[in-house]
Amino acid sequence: MSGTYLGMPAFPEAARKAVGDSTLRGNLRHATHTIRDKRARAVAELDDWAALREAGKQIKDHTLRHLDRYLVQVEEAVTAAGGTVHWAADADEANEIVARLVEEAGGGDSAEHEVVKVKSMATQEIALNEALEARGVHAYETDLAELIVQLGRDRPSHILVPAIHRNRGEIRDIFRSEMSEWGRPAPENLTDTPAELAEAARLHLREKFLRARVGISGANFVVAETGTLVVVESEGNGRMCLTLPETLISVVGIEKIVPRWQDLEVFLQTLPRSSTAERMNPYTSMWTGTTDEDGPRTFHLVLLDNGRTDTLADEVGRQALRCIRCSACLNVCPVYERAGGHAYGSVYPGPIGAILSPQLRGTGSDVDASLPYASSLCGACYEVCPVAIDIPEVLVHLRERVVQGGPAVRHGNRVVLRPAKGHAAERAAMRAAQWAFTHPGVLRTGQRLASRTRRLHPRTLPGPGRAWSGSRDLPPVPAEPFRDWWQRTHGGKDGSE
Amino acid sequence: MRVALFLTCVNDTLYPETGRAVVGLLTRLGVDVDFPMAQTCCGQAHYNTGYRHEAEPLARHFADVFAPYDAVVTPSGSCGAMVRELYPRMGERARAEGRGDALAATLAPVVPKTYELTEFLVDVLGVTDVGAYYPHTVTYHPTCHGLRSLGLGERPRRLLEAVRGLELVELPGAEECCGFGGTFAVKNADVSAAMGADKVRNAESTGADVLCAADNSCLMHIGGTMGRLRTGMRPVHIAEILASTEEEAAV
Amino acid sequence: MSSRERILGRVRRALADVPADEVPYERAVAREYAREHGRRSVAETVDLLAENLADYRAIVHRCADGELPGLLARLLAAHGSRNVVVPPGLPPGWLEGAGAEIVHDRAADTPQELDRVDSVVTGCAVAVAETGTIVLDGSPDQGRRRITLVPDHHICVVRVPDQVVGAVPQALGRLDPARPLTWISGPSATSDIELDRVEGVHGPRTLEVVLAGGGQDGRTAS
Repeated sequence: MSGTYLGMPAFPEAARKAVGDSTLRGNLRHATHTIRDKRARAVAELDDWAALREAGKQIKDHTLRHLDRYLVQVEEAVTAAGGTVHWAADADEANEIVARLVEEAGGGDSAEHEVVKVKSMATQEIALNEALEARGVHAYETDLAELIVQLGRDRPSHILVPAIHRNRGEIRDIFRSEMSEWGRPAPENLTDTPAELAEAARLHLREKFLRARVGISGANFVVAETGTLVVVESEGNGRMCLTLPETLISVVGIEKIVPRWQDLEVFLQTLPRSSTAERMNPYTSMWTGTTDEDGPRTFHLVLLDNGRTDTLADEVGRQALRCIRCSACLNVCPVYERAGGHAYGSVYPGPIGAILSPQLRGTGSDVDASLPYASSLCGACYEVCPVAIDIPEVLVHLRERVVQGGPAVRHGNRVVLRPAKGHAAERAAMRAAQWAFTHPGVLRTGQRLASRTRRLHPRTLPGPGRAWSGSRDLPPVPAEPFRDWWQRTHGGKDGSE
Repeated sequence: MRVALFLTCVNDTLYPETGRAVVGLLTRLGVDVDFPMAQTCCGQAHYNTGYRHEAEPLARHFADVFAPYDAVVTPSGSCGAMVRELYPRMGERARAEGRGDALAATLAPVVPKTYELTEFLVDVLGVTDVGAYYPHTVTYHPTCHGLRSLGLGERPRRLLEAVRGLELVELPGAEECCGFGGTFAVKNADVSAAMGADKVRNAESTGADVLCAADNSCLMHIGGTMGRLRTGMRPVHIAEILASTEEEAAV
Repeated sequence: MSSRERILGRVRRALADVPADEVPYERAVAREYAREHGRRSVAETVDLLAENLADYRAIVHRCADGELPGLLARLLAAHGSRNVVVPPGLPPGWLEGAGAEIVHDRAADTPQELDRVDSVVTGCAVAVAETGTIVLDGSPDQGRRRITLVPDHHICVVRVPDQVVGAVPQALGRLDPARPLTWISGPSATSDIELDRVEGVHGPRTLEVVLAGGGQDGRTAS
């Protein structure tokens, strides 16, 4: 994915800094707990939630299992409606296509050299803004949280609310110091009330919307039978970008397809309630190709692979492609709440990121090899997921890939991965434990040895053991293991030693 | 009915008092419980750390040891979930890897007859009042695998509410993970410790003397954190509370 | 090889495990969810729409058909609107008596020109009670998408009870996907600051919805 994340440290090191940052901890705790309770109430309003969740899962699974057919159908429908479809195997190719289209549209040769963007995970994933910047095209993010991140030269830390790690005071400071460099400055005497901050963003961005010639978006859904694209949003920046410019370019992951128009009835009920805890988000735009005298005259759809087909090839891991990017798993995750989004080293943080990034990018880097372990497997993510992605199952599956290696698909090619480095001692310990556990007599000898030497055991451990005892006392070892007591008192009916 | 106690390797080695409590409790309720000495470990730590293939012999061993019994009772939500939820999955994976149905067929018989302790009491024995006496203020932490994998629901709470002398107080943020998570506790020690500290602070805020759960692995982490933070609270396994009577009171 | 062929080839290889005779779409999805949540009379459905619109800070008014021009004139005056943009097919009587200058939307108008207009009045295609949503589909009484976006004040007239449905599935069934559709649930809002909802960002900051039709005060018989 993005080059921005190259060289990220493994998750535990990055998380350590976040855990020690009390402002960040407070911001994340406040925001995630607020939305957690609201989501639960919004979901509880629908007594058929479980059936909606199951239908969403089935629609997505069916689509993924026949994706070749539906991709071709999307292409035909969008073309018939007046759009142009492009195919991008990876990030570089997608960026090339978009840059060329911007130049052709004249967005690059106007005085402004600029495009306006609707928040889109796919374009963040491919680092489109950086690629356009290298060609002298400014891409303005127009979602409020994206604007905060862009002005603050920061990185997103949440799928829905990329600036979740910032509180209102920090946002005010960023607006005050940075807006003037990008366009209309922040109003004088800007306070930190959310309403005033939103007003400042409205004023700052309005001139950009009104003069933009090229808009760039992603899409939440693409309907194969009709060629309709759907963007779900709140602020109206999406509507601005989708309707005012002459040219619209939508970069969409190939997993965003649903087969039929009717399928939207499921996701338009589950997505808003799962993400912003609303019955319905303020604005949803749906468009099919181009319409005379209403909206862009030119529409391009860029279908993006960039690791998705590699993910699809994994029978256990492919369920991650059901994701509709609602963020409910982030908001409920106790690990995300403490580690923050940046520790995940990807535009996809939280539990879904921990299974998506190592599949889209592979498990080669330190951070990607550590992500499958960035979970206590508590299962809260699976419980709230509106398309029932069993995130713990995929995490464990990817742990296996890290420690054992094995067959996988990378860039469309079958490869056999070698076990990751740094797990040798663990592997040896696991094998030793397996041997002891299949030989009860060995286990018993070990237990007795521990019991007899128990007065010598320290309450804290040196070396790697400090990972436990740095924050927790060790449990005392009992005078005898249970099985010795049982044998003494019940005579050990079966002698299995 | 032939009932076997699957104590788990952690309880056998570190928490024998929990095993003695289960035996005492079930005997008091008229169940003739056996402890097959050949039992070891369900393989959960291996499986969840990514060593599924190393976990397979342990699962087969488990299935062999417990095959003769009508019911297997375990005082651990996570080990119960390993058998019930993950053994079938291990069989499926072996099949998907082209290794046939042998593993699935070996493991299948033990899956439906393995019960977590509170399930066994409420669903199989049909009791919620086990005749216990425990004169303490207790707060209950539902552990993740018991809560979400096994769906224990209100069973532990109903059992605790019927205990004489026990005052049950609500734990704020009860359904949040304590941060143990097996090898997570050492692989991501900082996040794990932060989660543990928050859990302990929430527990302390209840004013209870005892934090009760149905899994000693989580209690080892929570109790270790309580010790380090020098709270006055104690972690106690639910089996020990339910085993306690006026004649033989647990401390 | 083109990227199209490369991607489709990768997809087909990735799906080698999927049997050729897998269940078709019709049987792959169990639609066991409700078409609508709960049973309501027509009047109750309209009441629920009003309630949910208001819950997301839309300002809701009710009137009988004959009262509509008077109400629209009052709403524009109360907002202090000097001018109001209208779609080409707005029923001619609706703005009779409105004091504001009427601006007819023309294809050649620039967004900047539209930005100088205070208000917009439109009809709608359908309204969804359970979610408090109005949907515009670009019909002549609703116009181009931009006219309901750039002005800061949108008055949307919903003909009750004909245009009101209970739930999302019923709304989709009434809509034509070939048209550009805009689903609107309250004025523009954001949750981007501390995940707290604030109304009023780029879209119209004031959304007024007029439920018009039926007898006195727009009350519909059940």
